[in-house]
Amino acid sequence: MKLFKIRGGVHPHDNKHLAAEQAIEDLPMPALLHIPLQQHIGAPAKPAVRRGQRVAKGDLLALSQGAISAPVHAPTSGRVMGVGSYPAHHASGLSVRTVTLMPDGEDRWSDEIQGVPDPFALSPEEISARVAAAGIVGMGGATFPSAVKLNLRTRYRLHTLVINGAECEPYLTCDDRLMREQADAVVDGIRIMAHALGVERIVIGIENNKPEAQAAMAVAASVDPRIRIARLPTRYPMGSEKHLVQALTGRETPARGLTADIGVVVHNGATAFAVHEALRFGRPLVSRVVTVSGAAISRPRNLRVPLGARVQDLLDYCGGFTEEPTELISGGPMMGQPLPSTRVPMVKGSNGVLALTAAEVARHEPMPCIRCATCVQACPCGLVPLDMAAHTRAGDLEGAVSLGLMDCIGCGSCAYVCPAHIPLVQFFNYAKGEMAARGRTKQKLTETKRLAEQRAARMEAIKQAKREAMAKRKREAAAQKATPASTKVSGVELPAAEQPAAAAEA
Amino acid sequence: MQIETPAALAGPYAHARTSIQRTMGLVMLALLPATLFGFWQFGWPAIFLFFATLSTAVLAEAACLRIAGKPQRPYLLDGSALLAGWILAVSLPPWAPWWIGAVGALLAIVVAKQVFGGLGQNLFNPAMVARVALLISFPLEMTNYVQPMPLFSADAPGFLQSVGISLGQPGFDAVSGATLLSHVRTELSQGLTLSEILPDMGYLFSGAVGTIAGSMGETSALLILLGGLFLLAKRVITWHTPVAMIGSLAILATLMNLYDPEHYAGALYHIVSGATLLVAFFIATDPVTSPVSKMGQIIFGAGCGVLVYVIRTWAGYPEGVAFAILLMNACTPMIDHYIRPRVYGRDRRGTPIEYADNAEMRK
Ligand code: SF4
Ligand code: SF4
Repeated sequence: MKLFKIRGGVHPHDNKHLAAEQAIEDLPMPALLHIPLQQHIGAPAKPAVRRGQRVAKGDLLALSQGAISAPVHAPTSGRVMGVGSYPAHHASGLSVRTVTLMPDGEDRWSDEIQGVPDPFALSPEEISARVAAAGIVGMGGATFPSAVKLNLRTRYRLHTLVINGAECEPYLTCDDRLMREQADAVVDGIRIMAHALGVERIVIGIENNKPEAQAAMAVAASVDPRIRIARLPTRYPMGSEKHLVQALTGRETPARGLTADIGVVVHNGATAFAVHEALRFGRPLVSRVVTVSGAAISRPRNLRVPLGARVQDLLDYCGGFTEEPTELISGGPMMGQPLPSTRVPMVKGSNGVLALTAAEVARHEPMPCIRCATCVQACPCGLVPLDMAAHTRAGDLEGAVSLGLMDCIGCGSCAYVCPAHIPLVQFFNYAKGEMAARGRTKQKLTETKRLAEQRAARMEAIKQAKREAMAKRKREAAAQKATPASTKVSGVELPAAEQPAAAAEA
Repeated sequence: MQIETPAALAGPYAHARTSIQRTMGLVMLALLPATLFGFWQFGWPAIFLFFATLSTAVLAEAACLRIAGKPQRPYLLDGSALLAGWILAVSLPPWAPWWIGAVGALLAIVVAKQVFGGLGQNLFNPAMVARVALLISFPLEMTNYVQPMPLFSADAPGFLQSVGISLGQPGFDAVSGATLLSHVRTELSQGLTLSEILPDMGYLFSGAVGTIAGSMGETSALLILLGGLFLLAKRVITWHTPVAMIGSLAILATLMNLYDPEHYAGALYHIVSGATLLVAFFIATDPVTSPVSKMGQIIFGAGCGVLVYVIRTWAGYPEGVAFAILLMNACTPMIDHYIRPRVYGRDRRGTPIEYADNAEMRK
């Protein structure tokens, strides 16, 4: 199909060969699972189990809370060891509420698990309710609750469902493998989602470095004439939602808007697979495929991992390290986050665990910017990274914002190509975080100011009342005595009498 | 300039195989053919001048770094001082005494670069600043060109004679020769017409190959072009600046030539002569002193082309490239301020794009 140009972008070494030929294997069930209650964007789920309770695979562990949230289910059968706090799958390493589950080794599905014989007979509302109940979130890493996205049809005139199979991050091959091995299931999930969205067009975008996945998906998609396969040029960040949609439709998503503004909804291939499992078999999202790769990994693999398995469990299964890695990353090398330790659990959004050597990371001491404009050419968003970084460095964050800081998607293309090795993304993350903090402070300040003004007004009212009372008393006293001297005396007394009162109020 | 890195380390955890050193190295590699050809054409004096210029540039850089208290290693190894010296050297008259190169290198490194704050901070191209300053201070030495006398050829000066030339001693009988640009200019001012001055097209050939009098590395248009294409292929530079510069120069020259062919030479004459191609590919593309956006680079390049033509044709100097570059360098901050790429999802003015068929259903 006809593709449109996107601006900028880079061609990193994709290093997919490390894991691309490894078929998906099941990770052996670890001795303990640590299942965080927040594996999605939105409100954390609320625990629904007690310590000591026995659960079957797929049983609800925690309930969705509020409009944007997702429930959490038991990845296997076993006993709940506790609901406590445990380090999160996040660079900060902070602890979050986590259910600890001891598998009983039976991996027995709950009896209540039941699929729908014909999902296409369901109404869109029923489908999205089931997707919500299955705890499905965007599995490309965004982890936005998928049902919320399916419900966009109520607010937008949607015409196209785009399936993001670009997998443009280097090293990662989990979507590639899933599309190759489970093409029929993925396509089924896609069709169910299309039914829920009521769209007439479906486009599956897959980069040209995955010819097998393109072929497999093309065969599977032949059941539905609405589906088209887009063979995308291999270029990072092709998988950025807004850029993918631009490549497919030629339209840019308005700044600060959603792709739904131009009638398109984007879902990930792994999400489609989860939807298929949820609708056909009634299985909630309890596992996902993860690529374990990097030159420091003995045997890079693609693993189907129960949620809550520790990173260490994955590393052990892949034979550990060949050498001490410089960086341990969750996700891809371009936009992934450093992992604080190997103890943290795998979550719904983790698509990769990378152990990278110093040679792979290629970090150098930064040099001054030589204004070579390579970053300008690389930026897919039309920004001038060198200027934004210069303003940030000078402390002029408003300047950086006026240059488009908030339009930066943090893709790292600029930093990837910078010959001076300036950590541009680091500057932008700092500036974005700082601006968010300032926004909060400003809000707090406005609130404080409002309270202070209220209080001042109250005080003023009290003073006014007192003054009036005093004046009244004086008038009465004057009326009683009617001597000219006393006016003078009371004139001196007046402020003296008021001062202690004012001080006490302050 | 120390770079503090705020906040936590962030990605990407991969990097293209690029460095400032590699960029500078590739530019030097691209300059090598024309430079070696210059060595061969103009012999030992040119070689001496070249090394005097480059070593002064590096020494000056080292001294400045020391005074500024900056680390020597990374900044000396980045190759920027060497490259600035190199570009200056190839733009000098090949038989100029060694101290011309040395003084020029000092001007380039100390005055034009380090005083501004060092690598990446200078407003003006260091080599062009030095070239202009030398031209004004030492007009004699800077306009004293010789006919090529290939190394080891019969009338070329020997090694010792060359040392004498480099030290500025009189004695060797060089065939001094005006550059094509100044020759044509002088003759035109004496009332001759172009068809009398350049009766055949031979000058185009010698200008392209480089068998004419001229600066050390500027004579061979073809070898410079080769280096420029190499830089384009290696993506060290983009086409915008050189194409805009050569294009605007060519268009102006063609128009004037059509208007009066006897007094205004055509496009090819301007392209092969003087420093046109060297400037288009190696100097106007200097990252530090040229704009960063594509549109900005096109404006910058076109401005250079127009100025080169205007100075060559109507101003007091036969060759105008250095002045043109400095004038456009001064415009760079303004160009960069006003000409920015369009941000994704926004129109040119920065407001979010609105489509007539916006899909949101406003209730
Ligand atoms: S790529 Fe790096 S050195 Fe080049 S302009 Fe951008 S920030 Fe400066
Ligand atoms: S990180 Fe931001 S500035 Fe850099 S290339 Fe990506 S979008 Fe552009």
